[in-house]
Amino acid sequence: MSASEIEPVIRVTRDGVTRPAIKVDDLTIRYRTTYEKTPTFKTAIVRFGRGQRAVSIVEAVKNLSFDIPEGTALGVIGANGAGKSTLMRSVGGVLTPSSGRIEVRGQVSMLTLGVGFNGNLTGRENVVLGGLAGGLTREQVAARAEMIADFAEIGEFMDMPIRTYSSGMYQRLAFSVAVHMDPDILIVDEALSAGDASFREKAAARMKELMGEARAMLLVSHSLGSIKDLCDEVIWLHKGRLMMHASPDECIDAYTKFLHVGENAFTMDDM
Amino acid sequence: MSVRRVEERPNGPEPDDIPLTVHEPHRAGIPPLEPYFKELWARRHFASAYSSAGIRAANVQTFFGQAWLVINPTLLALVYFMLVSVIGAGGDGTFQSGMAVLAHITSGLFLFTFVSAAMQTGAGAITGGGKLILNTAFPRMLLPLAQVRTAFFRFLPTLPVFVVIRILAGEPWTLAISLCLFFLGTAVLMAIGLAAAMATFQVYFRDASSFLPYLSRIWLYLSPVLWFPEKMLDKIGMWANLNPMFSIVGGWSETALNGQVPPLWMFGFALGWSVVIAVAGVLFFMSRERDFSVRI
Repeated sequence: MSASEIEPVIRVTRDGVTRPAIKVDDLTIRYRTTYEKTPTFKTAIVRFGRGQRAVSIVEAVKNLSFDIPEGTALGVIGANGAGKSTLMRSVGGVLTPSSGRIEVRGQVSMLTLGVGFNGNLTGRENVVLGGLAGGLTREQVAARAEMIADFAEIGEFMDMPIRTYSSGMYQRLAFSVAVHMDPDILIVDEALSAGDASFREKAAARMKELMGEARAMLLVSHSLGSIKDLCDEVIWLHKGRLMMHASPDECIDAYTKFLHVGENAFTMDDM
Repeated sequence: MSVRRVEERPNGPEPDDIPLTVHEPHRAGIPPLEPYFKELWARRHFASAYSSAGIRAANVQTFFGQAWLVINPTLLALVYFMLVSVIGAGGDGTFQSGMAVLAHITSGLFLFTFVSAAMQTGAGAITGGGKLILNTAFPRMLLPLAQVRTAFFRFLPTLPVFVVIRILAGEPWTLAISLCLFFLGTAVLMAIGLAAAMATFQVYFRDASSFLPYLSRIWLYLSPVLWFPEKMLDKIGMWANLNPMFSIVGGWSETALNGQVPPLWMFGFALGWSVVIAVAGVLFFMSRERDFSVRI
């Protein structure tokens, strides 16, 4: 089944006008990136001496088009380097399209592990920073700090420096900050692996709850089980192109066949 | 092809209440200024929280903690006191003239250190931004601005140290001292422009921060900190103003330390240079900032 054959779900407002929560129209994202990870004077001079070009162009997303109607949870699957994170960042406004257009209706919150916590500051101070970076006011952040601490189950560690946290505590706090931002549109990039089994269950429950409130959700995951569980539409990307836009079952079937692995305990959990 | 229609949630907000954001390719150059600065203003609390968190975190594992903010300038003054009194770099050998030279050095030095610190920490504002830049959308200008704020809050504790030295030097207290705020303002503008420019430059050339300490040391020696402005004016006249810091530091010492009204041209050059560097630095930064998330 190709993207054009999928039965689209269109939400109709009272005045009969349809408005998707996210509309991606012929999106292409090209990076101009340097060969070196860290560009320095030395490498610039050496390259100049050899007559090489300084930048290479990477096309991470190619001519992508899709709509996400309000109330939809869209799963995004694909192998490493498919362009999933690039797509998420461009919807979140971090990366600018090279061509094409993205329309986003409402405030976006990106849930990614590692929002840039400062290890020398306490959990509470980091929560304030994370909230302000996400666009909340000081009052809103202060009001939510306790809820965030409770949800993350870190207890008295909230007032300890983050460098003393275990990696699970760190991830739980990052997850908790993101899900308490009250976004219209929630973007989740590989963040469901936070914490132990009981926290994952709680996280999944909170995600479902958020879906009731949010206008749309984008979920990137290699855990096909989570995608099946949480999403009602799935797109499959491969090397920056849209391979398929269909129901979770159809898309995951095609994807696992493509990878020649089939559904098993590993693919359903972490692939 | 069939189309499934779903009725709008009865309790949901009207679609028109929800702001529509459109991400489109920008033409090369500077993003639309008005929405940019609106967003910058709306997120100003983030910059101040980010900066004060940085100040708190910097000394959290040291014995003296936040006291380092005052210890640092005191030690710096002490080092220069040694230079003046032991080596005899200035004055006619009496305590009073030694203090006068020391007061001149520290007044200029503390202000110059503010600007050069903003430039040096600003250089790492983007390359040190890491995950924050990759995963959160906000006007990037907040990061160098936060570094300027940090440098300014490190400058403030130097003022009491300066005042003590000023009293020991026996300088007069006059109304003209209030004019030092003008020169402080120009120093802030200069710091913003330099921090923004260096932050951008550092993204493309990571060596930039290695050159900076030497660059700022040379700049310090070219500015009227270790010597009096008149010396340079006697030599090369108004050409001294080719150094953007000449009138800023000169005017600051003249007002804050000597309590005198500096010549009008000092106001003019200080304001002119600081506005030019601030505007150029900020526009340079804004024109490149969409590139940052793929370059770091």
